[in-house]
Amino acid sequence: MDWLSKNWMLVLDLSWVHVGLSIVPVIVGLAIALPLAWVSFRFKRVGRFLVPASGLLYTIPSLPMFIALPVILGTAILDPANLIVGLTIYAVALLVRQIVDALVSVSSDVRQASVAMGYSSWQRFWRVDLPLAGPVLLSGLRVVAVSTVSLVSIGSVIGVTSLGYLFLNGFKRGIPAEVLVGVIATVIIAFVFDGALVLLGRFLMPWTRRRTS
Amino acid sequence: MNFLMDALNWILDPALHQGSDSLGARIGEHLAYTFGAVIIGALIAIPLGIVVGHTKRGAALAVSFTGGLRALPSLGVLILIGLSVGIGFQAPLATFVIMAIPPLLSGTYAGIQAVNPLTVDAARAMGMTPLQVVFQVEVPLALPLIVAGMRSAILQVVATATLAAYVSGGALGVYIFSALARRDYPQMLAASMIVIVLAFVLEGIFALLQRLARPRGTVVLG
Repeated sequence: MDWLSKNWMLVLDLSWVHVGLSIVPVIVGLAIALPLAWVSFRFKRVGRFLVPASGLLYTIPSLPMFIALPVILGTAILDPANLIVGLTIYAVALLVRQIVDALVSVSSDVRQASVAMGYSSWQRFWRVDLPLAGPVLLSGLRVVAVSTVSLVSIGSVIGVTSLGYLFLNGFKRGIPAEVLVGVIATVIIAFVFDGALVLLGRFLMPWTRRRTS
Repeated sequence: MNFLMDALNWILDPALHQGSDSLGARIGEHLAYTFGAVIIGALIAIPLGIVVGHTKRGAALAVSFTGGLRALPSLGVLILIGLSVGIGFQAPLATFVIMAIPPLLSGTYAGIQAVNPLTVDAARAMGMTPLQVVFQVEVPLALPLIVAGMRSAILQVVATATLAAYVSGGALGVYIFSALARRDYPQMLAASMIVIVLAFVLEGIFALLQRLARPRGTVVLG
């Protein structure tokens, strides 16, 4: 761990960059997936096409996707936007199905009760469907967050700096400690993200705490 | 569109299809990694998943174990193993086995656990031994989810196998990494498209297998 004591500033800097690159795709992915999932849930005919189509996007391997995106986006090959857009596509791909499943899991009795109480469909979505779908949605978001954090490092291969830099540099210079520090830092960030989402879930959905304890 | 035409020309170049390091051979290596890692992973994860799902013991441990494995960055693990065992095919294969285990384990475990307990009770009441219950009731009913786990493991490995070339492990990533060094974008793009098509084909085959894995007369589990 001699390597770490000499380079902890670098590790800290790269960790912050890594966090920044991971947060954007998760948030933007959720913002895109939510309306898509709602449309798929509300209009089953659209859903029958949209849900498998979004799932298919997840089939695209990451490195090839980051390389192919400049052709579609018109970006430069080393542009960090390729990485961020690619990771957002994965987030959307995973979340659309998960949110649809979450909405389906809401009891139809509750939904009908809210209709009978005179909720508009906008109110019903925000006050009934979404809060009750919350726990399933949250578990999907946790999977997305963890996989995004671990995928960001692939970006270093196409020149987008993150903790992945430590992998490539450590390999070039033959320093296993450098690679190991990179792996551990990535795992720590993933766990912190995951923990933060769990806490956020408890704060936003206090009623789930009673059920689990 | 120029890049796409250049990429297509690269694929159609006859020189690419000759010799021991032809495109076909690289695709073969890619598939060998994929199926090799998933088979080895299945030999480890499926028995473990059956034990956890059947006994309902160690479920929490299995869940956090698979979660922890998922958080591992594949490139970092590959290079770490590569630095200790040297370049070649061993480090990529070991890495891909690690990547294949979480979906296989959670698929098997979830499949066995989702079997209706009344069905298991009925099987016991009919005088089935515990082993018969596992292999004649639980595993067949869990098969669709086990195959689903296999499908996502294959998807995971076929994507990560592209990285094998970074530690001189061959497969389709060879074209991508040599092109990255030379800034040869058309070759990068062509190789990427081949990997994407390969992933789609495997996904299609396994989607079909998953449908066939459903025992007759049962409803969809998940």
